[in-house]
Amino acid sequence: MYRYDEFDHAFVTERVAQFRAQVARRVSGELSEDEFKPLRLMNGLYLQLHAYMLRVAIPYGTLSALQLRKLAHIARSYDRGYGHFTTRQNIQYNWPKLGEVPDILAELGEVEMHAIQTSGNCIRNTTADPLAGVAADEIDDPRVYAEIIRQWSTLHPEFSFLPRKFKIAVTGAPNDRAVTRGHDIGLRMHRDDTGTPGFEVMVGGGQGRTPIMAKTIRSFLPVDHLLSYLEAILRVYNQLGRRDNIYKARIKILVQGVGVEAFAEMVEAEWRHIRDGALDLPAAERDRIAAYFAPPPYEDLSADCPALDGAIDADARFAAWVESNVHPHKRAGYAIATISLKPHGGIPGDASAAQMDAVADLSEEYGFGEIRISYKQNLILPDIPKADLHALWLALDSWGLATANAGRISDIIACPGLDYCNLANARSIPIAQRISERFADLARERAVGDLSLNISGCINACAHHHVANIGILGVDKKGTEFYQITLGGVADENAAVGAIIGPAFDEMQIADAVETIVDVYLQQRETDEPFIDTYQRIGPGPFKEKLYAPDQAR
Amino acid sequence: MPLIKHGKLVEDTWHDTDDFADVQALAALGPVIVNLAVWRQHRDAILALGGTLGLRLAPGQTPDIVAADLHRFSLIALEFARFTDGRAYSQARLLRQRHGFKGELRAVGEVLRDQLTFMLRCGFDSFSVDTKRQAESILDAVAEFAHWYQPALDGAATIPALRRRAVDRGEAAAPAGCAANWAY
Ligand code: HEM
Ligand code: SF4
Repeated sequence: MYRYDEFDHAFVTERVAQFRAQVARRVSGELSEDEFKPLRLMNGLYLQLHAYMLRVAIPYGTLSALQLRKLAHIARSYDRGYGHFTTRQNIQYNWPKLGEVPDILAELGEVEMHAIQTSGNCIRNTTADPLAGVAADEIDDPRVYAEIIRQWSTLHPEFSFLPRKFKIAVTGAPNDRAVTRGHDIGLRMHRDDTGTPGFEVMVGGGQGRTPIMAKTIRSFLPVDHLLSYLEAILRVYNQLGRRDNIYKARIKILVQGVGVEAFAEMVEAEWRHIRDGALDLPAAERDRIAAYFAPPPYEDLSADCPALDGAIDADARFAAWVESNVHPHKRAGYAIATISLKPHGGIPGDASAAQMDAVADLSEEYGFGEIRISYKQNLILPDIPKADLHALWLALDSWGLATANAGRISDIIACPGLDYCNLANARSIPIAQRISERFADLARERAVGDLSLNISGCINACAHHHVANIGILGVDKKGTEFYQITLGGVADENAAVGAIIGPAFDEMQIADAVETIVDVYLQQRETDEPFIDTYQRIGPGPFKEKLYAPDQAR
Repeated sequence: MPLIKHGKLVEDTWHDTDDFADVQALAALGPVIVNLAVWRQHRDAILALGGTLGLRLAPGQTPDIVAADLHRFSLIALEFARFTDGRAYSQARLLRQRHGFKGELRAVGEVLRDQLTFMLRCGFDSFSVDTKRQAESILDAVAEFAHWYQPALDGAATIPALRRRAVDRGEAAAPAGCAANWAY
């Protein structure tokens, strides 16, 4: 994984010192809150309902054990003992004190981490496939490019005061596990006819009140031109993006307004001026960064693992966990294990300091000391020998981290909602807890199979409800919390926005409504058909009929 | 208003105005900065005056539209309507890099301390600020950072360049490798 050298260290140290001085000027009154706001936002510090919130970047979702222990230490020493992992490979602390934030940033700097550009109208933390480097379908490791983008975008002189936030995601594989089409820029690696790797460049995706999937503006960009092409896109956006209305300021609105072809032409025109210049990646620099992501020293293991087969036969709970939470690895004899942060009835994405320490220890005991963060707000151990899976599972179970629900209906993405967020219309967390409890029965949850369910507390769509198979959106009706349901969203390479099924449900009805939807699916599905396929085959009609049937008390 | 130029607090010799009786009145003002509308309307008359000229561009007025006349200006002022409005950063880089503008590039409007380094790196070399106290506080902002990732117009050596030098001098080792080597 990437290691800072003296120059990266110097940079982060300067940044912490600068922010320490800015906080001092805010505390002394020299800076007004208005003037301080963009400065704190560019260092990941939000003002929420009850307190400040600090968002720390986990670049491309890769952590070392040492870094995870530091995150645990920060949760313990500066917060209330836990942290919240988000959909964009960040961790959020909900209760830091303003005066202590520079100290937190200094501690992060010690382990080569920071909170730079995790909020504000700038280029945010670049996200990548959480299975980078270990997925069997990968062409090249997206983290190499995400790191290159991280360096280029950090305190970019021209693009630090954009019309609105700007998010980039990279995948090195055809199966999209990074929701690239849901980003301002999505980059999907593939090869051209000659076998040269390059990117499909997609622009103008985003959720919020206007969910739009990014459109392709260039089908193949050779990797050496990555930064000059990004610079061209950003330059067009910085000049032409709307600044008069924050709801119309994202690049998706610009692309929609001028049309994809015209937008692509503007980018190409700008790019012709700056390509082949200082931003082109010298092969040596790419190789230098790529070397950091070289594979760990795998052992030659057999693909067959009788020990694992035996454990699966002997223990049904373990078998269920393997079925949902273990994924194939590109190396024979190894597996990828998802650690669900979605215990039934728990707060999605939260981990306690003790749990973080435990995961760090386990990553060293059974893997190579590396941990990944997924878009689904779960942790992933990327390199576990199959023979160790059972021991790992037993240890995870003792920490309450062995919930067998990855990709299942209770693997809910939920935003903080009205419990923390000052923009919320409704609570998300208690609804997620209630729904997940309905599916706590292992047999039932397995029977339902793969199904995504996301809950946002308002139209900003932080929990990606638009791209969930079942999306739930908190709305406010005359001061009462209501929940609107969308069906049919998809977040992978076939990304699609879900459609509203009908009138919203209140807090008491919403969990029943979800059960009704699941019941309709179970009645209608053909053998082994996942929810989304059934929905696409039968359409919203049968769901609507049952949900709004007269005998359903609404 | 206090002016910072090339890192020092200096006297502003320019007259920046939207407000004058007629074009002839400009002649009496000395070096003068006009806005784009005035320039377009009175271009020939202003040129006939023969004085030292500056042009002020509002956010959204891309330098491309006056490219052919840029050599006539000794100064271009770019407006920050609000400090959060970052369009002038792109205008500045286009002026310097695309159009080769060599004259004074001045930031006007909401010019605050914490944006100064970004401005310098985009090619601004003078800054019109509200108060003298602010001007002094701004000057020490410049010293906060010595390390940058991107190539830009302040000529600062980038982190990648510093790295290459260190490797060439034999001071830095080749990259450490994978996560397995992670150790402090
Ligand atoms: C509680 C504090 C939070 C506030 C005030 C907040 C605010 C917002 C706002 C205003 C937007 C809409 C931006 C737009 O469409 O232009 C947004 C989008 C988003 N938020 Fe949050 N958010 C918060 C927490 C979170 C958390 C905890 C997560 C992750 C679990 C998250 C993930 C996202 C994502 C992924 C988007 C992207 C939508 C897009 O790209 O269009 N946010 N947030
Ligand atoms: S979706 Fe709305 S309620 Fe939820 S965190 Fe985002 S802004 Fe807050």
